[in-house]
Amino acid sequence: MPVAGLPLAAWTYVGTVVALSATLMATASYADVEWTKLAAMAVLFLVCDSVPALLSVERARVSLSFSACLASVVLLGPAGAGLVGACALFTWQRVALVKRVYNGAQFALCGFVAGLIFDALNPDLAAAPEEQILPFAVALLAYVTCNLALVWGILLLSKSATVRELRAETRLLAPGLLGYGSFGLLIAGIYGTIGAFSAVLVLLPLLVARWAFAQTLAQQRAHEATLATLCQAVETKDYYTRGHSERVSRGSVMIAEEIGMGRARVEAIRFAGMLHDVGKLGVPTKVLQKEGPLTEEEFAAIQLHPMRGLEIIREIGFLDEALTGIMHHHEKLNGRGYPMGLAGDEIPEFARIIGVADAFDAMTSTRSYRPARSVAEGVAELERCSGVDFDPEMVAAFLRALDKVGWVSPDQVVAPAEAQTTRQDHDDPSTPIRVSGEGAW
Amino acid sequence: MVAGSRLQATRERSAWQHLDSAQLVVMGAAAALVVAAMTWLAANGGVDDLEPAIIFGVLIALGELFRMNMPGGREVAPISRAGALAYGMLLSVGGDPVAHSPFQVVAVTACGMVAGTLPHVAVNRSPRIDAMARRLVAAAVVAILFRPLADVLFTGEPLTRHQWWTALGLMTAISMAAALADMTVAALIRSEAVRARFGIAFLDEFRASALLCAASSATGMLIAVATSVMGLAALLLFTAPILTTQFAFRRYAAVRTTYLQTVRALSRVTEVGGYVETGHSLRVSRLSVAMGRELGMAEAELLELEYAALMHDIGQLSLPDPIPGGATVLAAPEDQCRIADLGAAVIEQTGVLDMVARIVRAQCDPYRDASGKPGPPLASRIIKAANAYDDLMGDSRDRDRGAAVLDRLRADSAYQYDPAVVEALARVLDRRVLR
Repeated sequence: MPVAGLPLAAWTYVGTVVALSATLMATASYADVEWTKLAAMAVLFLVCDSVPALLSVERARVSLSFSACLASVVLLGPAGAGLVGACALFTWQRVALVKRVYNGAQFALCGFVAGLIFDALNPDLAAAPEEQILPFAVALLAYVTCNLALVWGILLLSKSATVRELRAETRLLAPGLLGYGSFGLLIAGIYGTIGAFSAVLVLLPLLVARWAFAQTLAQQRAHEATLATLCQAVETKDYYTRGHSERVSRGSVMIAEEIGMGRARVEAIRFAGMLHDVGKLGVPTKVLQKEGPLTEEEFAAIQLHPMRGLEIIREIGFLDEALTGIMHHHEKLNGRGYPMGLAGDEIPEFARIIGVADAFDAMTSTRSYRPARSVAEGVAELERCSGVDFDPEMVAAFLRALDKVGWVSPDQVVAPAEAQTTRQDHDDPSTPIRVSGEGAW
Repeated sequence: MVAGSRLQATRERSAWQHLDSAQLVVMGAAAALVVAAMTWLAANGGVDDLEPAIIFGVLIALGELFRMNMPGGREVAPISRAGALAYGMLLSVGGDPVAHSPFQVVAVTACGMVAGTLPHVAVNRSPRIDAMARRLVAAAVVAILFRPLADVLFTGEPLTRHQWWTALGLMTAISMAAALADMTVAALIRSEAVRARFGIAFLDEFRASALLCAASSATGMLIAVATSVMGLAALLLFTAPILTTQFAFRRYAAVRTTYLQTVRALSRVTEVGGYVETGHSLRVSRLSVAMGRELGMAEAELLELEYAALMHDIGQLSLPDPIPGGATVLAAPEDQCRIADLGAAVIEQTGVLDMVARIVRAQCDPYRDASGKPGPPLASRIIKAANAYDDLMGDSRDRDRGAAVLDRLRADSAYQYDPAVVEALARVLDRRVLR
């Protein structure tokens, strides 16, 4: 949240929320609040707040302190929960003063509202925990809604986020908030028996889980970086195909998202796009660099590359569906592709997607035998081949996605004299490879 | 996936065939415990407090159903572990005293484990008996230590805050002791199976399982306290934290596995490109890891060594055409160093494998040079020797040729190869012949 230069509307909004919350907190009755519990919860809040966030998106972080807030809703009632929320004022995170005050105010407000709701639904304080589940769930929902609404309000008014971005982030944050909030009930449930030890027992597994989440993220990044680097290493054989794998990967993801594929499959196709040409390494350099028509044998070596690719990555477990995509990405809808000559629906969905992205990138990149074509020319060529070489559904999806997010063509480069380039591009549908003694493929 | 699981299956089967003595001892102990528990149950005329026994048994069975494989081929079942600990440390059920003996805890845990394993067997996933035996023994240790105390701690009156803190202190101490015992046994088994030193194996086990052990112990205590105070309904609610942990670790393990598979697979691009002989990278990496273990490297270092060994020839991709013959040990020294440098440059680009890049860069450096500056890292020296051995041997298994190659490396070991590394290689090869 940018601090300097907030619009007037945002300042008014901050002022209103802070004033409202201060008034509520000042007029609340503190007669029922147990001060030892309050101190314990406040300490818990601040300790949890200082450990790294469980869930972090660009504009918000969810830490375990959320569990402390919800525990205090059960243990302390509205006034106490408000005070615990106000502890956000004293967070150890490095936060600007306006944000500190605003966060303190909004957490206090949320705590107060959720506390009122919980008390109204659950008048009997000595009820068994399973009877408290429903009132707690309602209070939790109110807390999360209130929290998100207040935070999104300031982000919208200060123009640091659009509604679309916020909707996407809500989808990411809400399950986390609800989940971590609900652990508050567990802490509260046995707080009466073993005191602050309950927080340790509940939160320890969660801290361990957080460690594993962080490790997962780090490993995922490392994995992606390694994959991308190795693909680049394969591409060094031809100066002009640098970045091809990355762009095909991006194009395939565009199509996959456009046709509404699930997240796991989109991930798989991202890797499949990246790896679709690793088998090209098995094609001898002299074939790729040969000028003029290829002999049948040489063309067979090119046709074999999807199979060589498959040979390499067969052992990567997660790539189940991606494997068939890589193997068949040069099949054509009319059955004249390779390696197996599949036609129509026989061609796996992944392969039909990668085929479109692959051809489009090849056409819009520079080749040693021709300059890059424009995106418009590439689109025209795709449309021309749609239904013959490519699945019309995938072409249409790609064009829609192209309209939405655009396409970053590679730089118009001329290879330096010492760089390796090739004369034969198997991906380019507009310049088919010529094989001596036969018509064009 | 198919190929992957098949690969795993063969590995498991071969592990089966060479059961080590430590494994046999643990399994024997577990079997003896089960027999004793069943005999006791028969003598006792059945189970005391049937309802909690069934519910905890179901929890343990579910935990076994969702067990998972962590890096290093470690099978863990945090939910099952938490359930067994909780049952062993139960003081009461909602204030009603429970009177189950340690034998009953063993019996219930064993039944839950078997029930949770049946679905795995049904889909042809062979059970890891040694891992299950270890979990059972750990649960038994907790039960035997804590059950006698339970009668002293809970006398029918609700516990005061102070009594609870005493109980919690005992629970913490006992579950920590059980966890340490479990790690010791695991380290004994591992040090025997992969021929690592015990101290190193113990530290590896500690690093690999301390966090998960802490999480499942905490949940076990949490469930014990919550069930003691609020009854069995609380049990489900209070397993939520360990479910989160389990979910997180499952994803972590999956990503780790995928990463290794990717590096393994992509290291083969040099073979497909005709730069090196088929199987070279994999053979060098296996040999290197065995040597690294022999030389006392820890698991994290071994992983870096494995990555570096798999990718040690990746620099060849930057050459226009394969070096004739592909065997880098026979190529000119300048070419070797250029390949190492190019490879390291590729690996550095990942931005995450800096140590691996350093190992690859130094793989052609001689063990000792005239200037007396510090030599290459141990991992590089290992790869240098393993690579030379594999280049000269190929996939041949001829013993005489192997001995001749080894002699050649020994002759060079004053200058090119680290003598300690060459001797480790000799020991690793010796064992291979024996098998």
